[in-house]
Amino acid sequence: MLSYIVRRLVASLFILLGASFIVYLLIAYSGDPLAEIRSSNSPSKDQQIATRTAMLDLDVPPVLRYFVWLGGAVKCVVPFAGQCDLGVTLQNQPVTAALSTAIPATLQLLTAATLLAIIFGVAIGVVTALRQYSTLDYAVTFISFLFFSLPVFWVAVLLKEYGAIGFNNFLASATIPPGVIVVLSLLSGLVWAVVISGTWRRRSITFATAAAATALVLIFLSATKWFQTPSLGPVVIAVTGVAMAYGSTVLFAGLRNRRALYSALICVGVGVIAYFVLQPLLPDMGFWALVGLLVVALAIAWAIGHFMGGYDRSQSIRSAMLTTFGVSLLIVIDQFMQNWQAYSQNPLVRGRPIPTIGSKIPGLDGDFWITGLDTMTHLILPTISIILISLASYTRYSRASMLEVMGQDYVRTARAKGLSERVVVTRHAFRNALIPLATIVAFDIGGMIGGAVITENVFSFQGMGQLFLTGIKNIDPNPVMGVAIVTGITAVVFNLLADLAYSALDPRVRVKA
Amino acid sequence: MTSPLSNMDEVSPAPATPEPEDQIRGLSQGRIVFKRFMDHRGAVVGIIVFLLVLILAVSSIGLGPIPGWWKYSYKDTPDIMNGGHPTLQWLPFHLGEHPFGQDRVGRDMFAMTMRGAQISIMIMIIVGVVAAAVGILIGACSGFFRGKTEAILMRFTDMIIIIPSLIAAAVIAKSSQQLGGVWFLAVFLGLVSWTGMARLVRGDFLTLREREFVDAARLAGASNRRIIFKHILPNAIGVITVNTTLLMSSAILTETALSYVGLGVQPPDISLGKLISDNQAAFSTRPWLFWWPGLFIVIICLCVNFIGDGLRDAFDPRQKKFRLKKDKGDQRVAPAPLESPVDDALHGSSGATEPGLP
Repeated sequence: MLSYIVRRLVASLFILLGASFIVYLLIAYSGDPLAEIRSSNSPSKDQQIATRTAMLDLDVPPVLRYFVWLGGAVKCVVPFAGQCDLGVTLQNQPVTAALSTAIPATLQLLTAATLLAIIFGVAIGVVTALRQYSTLDYAVTFISFLFFSLPVFWVAVLLKEYGAIGFNNFLASATIPPGVIVVLSLLSGLVWAVVISGTWRRRSITFATAAAATALVLIFLSATKWFQTPSLGPVVIAVTGVAMAYGSTVLFAGLRNRRALYSALICVGVGVIAYFVLQPLLPDMGFWALVGLLVVALAIAWAIGHFMGGYDRSQSIRSAMLTTFGVSLLIVIDQFMQNWQAYSQNPLVRGRPIPTIGSKIPGLDGDFWITGLDTMTHLILPTISIILISLASYTRYSRASMLEVMGQDYVRTARAKGLSERVVVTRHAFRNALIPLATIVAFDIGGMIGGAVITENVFSFQGMGQLFLTGIKNIDPNPVMGVAIVTGITAVVFNLLADLAYSALDPRVRVKA
Repeated sequence: MTSPLSNMDEVSPAPATPEPEDQIRGLSQGRIVFKRFMDHRGAVVGIIVFLLVLILAVSSIGLGPIPGWWKYSYKDTPDIMNGGHPTLQWLPFHLGEHPFGQDRVGRDMFAMTMRGAQISIMIMIIVGVVAAAVGILIGACSGFFRGKTEAILMRFTDMIIIIPSLIAAAVIAKSSQQLGGVWFLAVFLGLVSWTGMARLVRGDFLTLREREFVDAARLAGASNRRIIFKHILPNAIGVITVNTTLLMSSAILTETALSYVGLGVQPPDISLGKLISDNQAAFSTRPWLFWWPGLFIVIICLCVNFIGDGLRDAFDPRQKKFRLKKDKGDQRVAPAPLESPVDDALHGSSGATEPGLP
């Protein structure tokens, strides 16, 4: 095993060297970095040319210049070799500094988007696989193909127009026109009728109930101008919490395990009490205090699950902890919502909270909740566009994987020995369906750091993709090389991790030692 | 089922899957695939819509020196009428003077969109052909010869994967004017997107070369070249076809994305992506400049994806088993292979929407 890893790493090193050499030559021959100075009429033209030539070693032929660059870059990986040096950009900024601001920005943009896309994609894929050839399956298949065929920048421009500008205009009055209420209600009825399948009678009842409920909620939201002063309040938190408790119990233990259900419900009760206790405390809290609170809450949930026990303690613990996580999330969301009005009426925001570009409002100061809202409003549109386009492949992939597993002999065996369908699906099928997904997820996390070039460009997000793109456009080799080498290394490492994970998860696959 | 199809799902350690033979006895592989493809409604609709778009794009403004039936060319700048608003009417159907409207300088958007669709489809096909050819060649050689050839070719493939296609596109964008513009761009894009194909073909060849018919061919005195192209390749045609379709659908998005950031099709050529990118600032005043090219990208890409899905269903024997479930037929399924053609074909295209970095 160890020798396999070492061999892979050595091979990867040579691959990286070769790839970086080719990239360097490509970018060096893609144009003349002095062109913009040459075409200018500045009196100090010759001097500027000389400065830039000296700065970027332009008098050295590209093939040799690569080795100059490599000499600096090697210091980043070899310990004790001195200062890490990836060269400077055309603006004479060290590339290492540019990378150290770009990498966190990209991670901030892509972490949430990737995680959400994976979670939703896998969930939808599994559900459609369990309902193969149903209306839901066909609808989801069509929609995922549609998303798959959308150019990201096209989606982004539409989102900017309707998600940001349109929504901000709507916020001015915050009343929903009756036509929109009707359309949304019918749509929601339709979605629920497709999701909850059954006889036509059952479907029409679902349709009517869902449409009516949506209409009522929308009318309420519109009448109270909820979107201007949003909040959840203890009632919504309690009701959603109970729903979560049932959901997580169904998922982890099955409703027949009453102890698990009760421990989840106790957690909801504790959560609602915590909501009232925390109301005066939350506004002064920061990020780490919240993390601490979450840990405490999960510990309490563990204890509740542990002492409620039941014939399978871990089931109670799991459903209690999941419920607690959900309720904690709701309480935090509620607190953010309470700060919404303060944020949107901030003089820098001027009542238009959803921005179309950038990653934060410069000069905005405020506590954790205000700056948090600022980050979220900036991230929401890029996140949606990334989720929309990457959801499709996860959905298709997990559906295929789940379908394959559901046809396996061991699933039939599990059914034959009388296990409930829930146990068969969650324990026997789902876990095995996740194995091939692990490979893809590893690849995608590896590719994440490279940034979403187009998305970052559309939303003027100063991340890795943007650094890369401006480098290419200005024929600036060093930042391009910096990005390429970082993405290259992550790609190689995660490739290796994916293979190792696969052989660890699936004993039938062994790496060639 | 006889050997040609059943070997598709045992690319790596999986054992061969026996198929119920009476189901499809007497049909050639081509007939089976065609029949299954025609059963896939989405794919049939996809192929019909795609052909309609192609016919519309080619016949309306003509191709090269051949004139089309539309009165304007994408280069003409007639006077702006009615603020450039689109004149298309659905009921009663009526094209009007400028069905898709006019842009800022008065160019007819219909002609431009048709031209963009022509270029985008052309790039898609060239990328597909070039990438498939290179990928098959490299995959076949490394899978068939194994040993040193395989090691070198696969390390080379890994290297190409790491090189961001944006860089390649940038080099082309800067020099494409002298070198033949769009053609050159398309060929070059093909030259950097064959890696997934090579890996899949290699995987298929690794198992196929161990089979009896290869030994038989060798005993009969066939040369390596003959074995590769006449004996093994036809057996790998399923993976290749499916992957080529997916390659094409991702190529059209890559091209539009590159054009969008200014590194793809260069003026005076136009493509659908370039039309959107040129007109995105005018979205609030002239939304039709933005809607129509985008709609055509989505339609073309959707059709190609559905065709690919239909082909996958048609070629993949595993898909059939789930339908067999209803007939209480044989449900034996091979264990999930590490590099199953279906999964990799799916995954190979997952990065398509965002070109560039690995």
